[in-house]
Amino acid sequence: MATSVWRAMAGNPVRFVLSRWPWRSLAYVVSSVAVISIAWLAVLPLLLFSPLLLFSPLLLLAGMPIGALERRRLGFMEPLAVPGDPHAPAPPGGWAWVRLRVTEAATWRELGYCACLLSVLAVLDLAAVFVLFICLLLVALPLLVGVGADARFAVGTWTAETVGQACAVAGLVGVPATVVTLYGISVLGGAQAAFAKWLLAPTGTEANRQVEELAQSRSRLVNAFEAERRRIERDLHDGAQQHLVLLTMKLGLAERHMADAGGRAGELVGEAHEQARLALTTLRDQIRGIHPQVLTDFGLAEAVRELAERCPIPVEVDLDLPGRLPPEIESTAYFVVSEALTNAVRHAAATRIQVSGRLAEQRLALAIVDDGRGGAEPSLGTGMRGLADRVAVVAGTLEISSPPGGPTTVRIDLPCRYE
Amino acid sequence: MSLRIALAEDATLMRAGLVSLLEGLGHTVVAAVGDGDSMMAAAREHRPDLVITDVRMPPSFTDEGLRAAVTLRASDPSAAVLVLSQYAATAYAAELLGPSGRAGVGYLLKDRIGEVADFSDAVSRVAAGQTVIDPDVVRQLLNRPRTTNPLDRLTTREREVLGQMAEGHNNPSIA
Repeated sequence: MATSVWRAMAGNPVRFVLSRWPWRSLAYVVSSVAVISIAWLAVLPLLLFSPLLLFSPLLLLAGMPIGALERRRLGFMEPLAVPGDPHAPAPPGGWAWVRLRVTEAATWRELGYCACLLSVLAVLDLAAVFVLFICLLLVALPLLVGVGADARFAVGTWTAETVGQACAVAGLVGVPATVVTLYGISVLGGAQAAFAKWLLAPTGTEANRQVEELAQSRSRLVNAFEAERRRIERDLHDGAQQHLVLLTMKLGLAERHMADAGGRAGELVGEAHEQARLALTTLRDQIRGIHPQVLTDFGLAEAVRELAERCPIPVEVDLDLPGRLPPEIESTAYFVVSEALTNAVRHAAATRIQVSGRLAEQRLALAIVDDGRGGAEPSLGTGMRGLADRVAVVAGTLEISSPPGGPTTVRIDLPCRYE
Repeated sequence: MSLRIALAEDATLMRAGLVSLLEGLGHTVVAAVGDGDSMMAAAREHRPDLVITDVRMPPSFTDEGLRAAVTLRASDPSAAVLVLSQYAATAYAAELLGPSGRAGVGYLLKDRIGEVADFSDAVSRVAAGQTVIDPDVVRQLLNRPRTTNPLDRLTTREREVLGQMAEGHNNPSIA
């Protein structure tokens, strides 16, 4: 299928008539007539009975629902590129909403489109539908004459009276006229769609604004997640962990008391003590995974050093940071290092790892290099992909180079203001 | 031996638990407070055999307790301090061990309280002037020099040569 009605019309006429484009255009034009009728029915009483409304912003806003409907209806002509909403997000309801809308260019464009739709386009669409109706009558002439309907086709003094003559008229006049009309309707549909898109689709600035808002909301979301992780970490520390510590303590005391008595009960308390200890260790490890406290307290360099110390293979840390960095930068960098170390140990069979980082010109550059077997596919690991997203949110870059045979290098570059 | 102990821990439940544990071990808790400043005041007032303090306490909820412990040790070299931490951080231990005092000092993970025998032992040893460091922290501290050992940078051959040089071989005999 051709990608647009214009391209389809430029091609083979037989293929064009058999393609979906005439029918899409027809559906577009016919539904336009329906929309125009309903819109007139809604607007007419307003114009007739309350001319004052003409000057109120409410009439201005009447273009909005029609604009929204028309954007959706563009799907008939451009199924793959239905334009988005050009309006800026606004508080729902109230005068603030009306004020914002009235000052938006998009609202005025919609009103302009609406005026054209109800005047020029209304006439053109109606005419097109009427012409098509006549053509279809001609094509159906043999049928009409056959059933004896009161239908006559006359040119000058000659009149088609028999079914045979009617067939000739349908074949020689009706069919070509229908095909030509379908072309006309396709032109009309294509032009109307182009016009609608020009006025109703978001302009470059409006689309940019949407991208900007998306980026902002994404960064807000990530920061909210970050705050949430810290809260969860604190809650677990102050809640569950304390209770577990006390539980192991009581069980430890009980074990001590029962050690002299001996017997099954002492054994059971010993087992319970072991279980509680295990639960505590698990919880501690999980809390570290959520948000390590050493990162909050001492910053990135110390937290990375701690990671290195926990790593089962030797890690050389060469981090020279003059102080604390913004919290979202610290945690992003921390989790990248953590994931890179985990991958190096788990998948790369590395025997040593180097972590180096510098802060220069308000950018934090960090590299994690291992001597493992390489061949890491960044698109496969959900861990790394998630981290790439986190890095993107703080407007940084993440690069992974991992040729088969190694070495694997993970590099991040994060813009940050040094505090 | 029964000790006189001052305790600083902000979580009420934990504080009560620690008091009952210490008393259960036969010690006397002369003060149980909830922040660093009160801990300093209690230490000056009661002159206990041992001060046990949590790291994270109000008002800042970061390392209040550690700060107070370091200050206390600096101002009173005879004060024995046992610091309890939620997690093993060598940075904490390094700060605490920095100022050398005559009195004992300890740094334990809070989780160790569950190991009643170990904890009891640590309390007595710190009060007796010894240094007690949590095994987890020790492991990390030992890990640390290994990662920056300059010898690790040498190749196998370089190490061999260095070894032979250390044994007193001269250039021709090494080659």
